[in-house]
Amino acid sequence: MNKENRKPVLELKDLQKSFGNNHVLKGFNLQLYEGENLVIMGKSGSGKSVMVKCIVGLIQPDSGSITIRDQNIITMGQKELDFLRTEIGFLFQGSALYDSMTVRENLEFPLRRHKDKVENFQGTEESVKAALESVGLLHAIDLMPAELSGGMQRRVALARALILKPKIIMYDEPTTGLDPITANEIIQLMRSIQKEYNTSSLIITHDVDCARVISNRIILLVDGINYAEGTYEELSNSSDPQTRAFFKN
Amino acid sequence: MSKPNSFSDRTKSFFAEIGDMTFFAGRFFRELFSAPFEFKELIRQCYNMGIRSLFLVTVTGFILGLVFTLQSRPTLMDLGAESWMPSMISISIVREIGPVIIALICAGRIGSGIGAELGSMRVTEQIDAMEVSGTNPFKYLVVTRILAVTLMLPLLVIAGDTIALIGSAIVENLKGDVSYTLYFNKVFDALSFSDVLPATVKTVFFGFAIGLVGTYKGYNCAKGTVGVGEASNSAVVYTSMLLFIIDFIAVFVSDIFFEL
Ligand SMILES: Nc1ncnc2c1ncn2[C@@H]1O[C@H](COP(=O)(O)OP(=O)(O)OP(=O)(O)O)[C@@H](O)[C@H]1O
Ligand SMILES: [Mg+2]
Repeated sequence: MNKENRKPVLELKDLQKSFGNNHVLKGFNLQLYEGENLVIMGKSGSGKSVMVKCIVGLIQPDSGSITIRDQNIITMGQKELDFLRTEIGFLFQGSALYDSMTVRENLEFPLRRHKDKVENFQGTEESVKAALESVGLLHAIDLMPAELSGGMQRRVALARALILKPKIIMYDEPTTGLDPITANEIIQLMRSIQKEYNTSSLIITHDVDCARVISNRIILLVDGINYAEGTYEELSNSSDPQTRAFFKN
Repeated sequence: MSKPNSFSDRTKSFFAEIGDMTFFAGRFFRELFSAPFEFKELIRQCYNMGIRSLFLVTVTGFILGLVFTLQSRPTLMDLGAESWMPSMISISIVREIGPVIIALICAGRIGSGIGAELGSMRVTEQIDAMEVSGTNPFKYLVVTRILAVTLMLPLLVIAGDTIALIGSAIVENLKGDVSYTLYFNKVFDALSFSDVLPATVKTVFFGFAIGLVGTYKGYNCAKGTVGVGEASNSAVVYTSMLLFIIDFIAVFVSDIFFEL
């Protein structure tokens, strides 16, 4: 793959963010290319979640630029931002299912205002069922989130993130807190989604197995900057001990 | 959100909070009048709040009327003013006791509920999830709830007042041999437009206060389960205080308009 002459769908330049005296991001750069699975690794508390939340406009960065398909999201108005958000799927670290709604209503929620953005939309009922089917949870359609296990919740959250058929998906630690078997199921799901819809994905993870299986490219976030970048093979065989440390099981 | 320690810190953060809340209220009015409108969710909230509080309001109202009448009877009898019972009771209930007591009950029921619900949605990132899915959570969660309490509280107060008067009539009927017809005739004679209107307008503000403080506390909830408890608790405390302040202002203003 010759990324150099392709345009990135998502680009972060010199992103900075502090909370008081806590300088979390100190000039982070990233390019995500079309159809690519980019994995971000970093220690707990290194600012990975802050970084993805900046991308979807949940956190306002102090400086730097974020462009998604040539549109600068920082200077964007609320309307355009909402529109753009429908093209981005976001899987929250804690699933973030609406706990007062059933699984069905959770999936219907993004469709309420943005039906028209889905290509060849088949109707709400069909969309919901298809999305649940793809994560293997059609039977749970009328359950409440509290009645699901952690792994099932993660899968429903994934279905909800996919329901608007986004072009870019961000996964914030999709496998953390799951047993290896369920984690593997989620990873396989992510791969099949990537193949089916040709999405570009940004995957945040601690999970070395997940990174190995899914990544086309890995960026290490250390001390608020993109410390190292490369394929799994390149980084895991790096001469730099700090880089290699991420890949020791 | 650091913990304020000294008195001056506390006063400062108190006023900062009032400023924030004013800003929050401003945003409510801005978003209230701009499309899209979450009409379905508004109806659902109205229904929920009404149904969930109706039982409580009914019981409280009934006991209030009963007890208030039982307690006042001996004094009025000593004065030989038993015939004044219906008018005295109805005026005090409709003008003051009914609205305040029922608003306080609803602050405990509805206000803390909103605080806890929005607080836990904030903490578990459900509000962020709404935002990311291209739905304005302020419109969907905050505007609908504030509007719903503002609309429902006057109705709940009217229901509570009515039940309280029925309770009072029962006591009068049993203890004083006053027929229900006579009792309610006297009630309607005693109550004038200048009693009912300011009292009802007041409850609209009460409802707004309950909704505003509850949603403000929940929406800006600090992370962690402690934050949720804090949000729901302080929603009730602040609202109760605010209710009395509004009551004072309302009585003051209606005194100027209707008495002089
Ligand atoms: N809203 C916030 N206010 C203040 N500080 C914050 C906020 N969000 C995150 N932080 C701080 O930013 C730093 C990075 O947090 P972040 O959640 O991005 O870590 P992370 O890399 O996602 O870690 P993990 O792998 O554990 O999820 C932490 O020190 C955290 O305390
Ligand atoms: Mg995180």
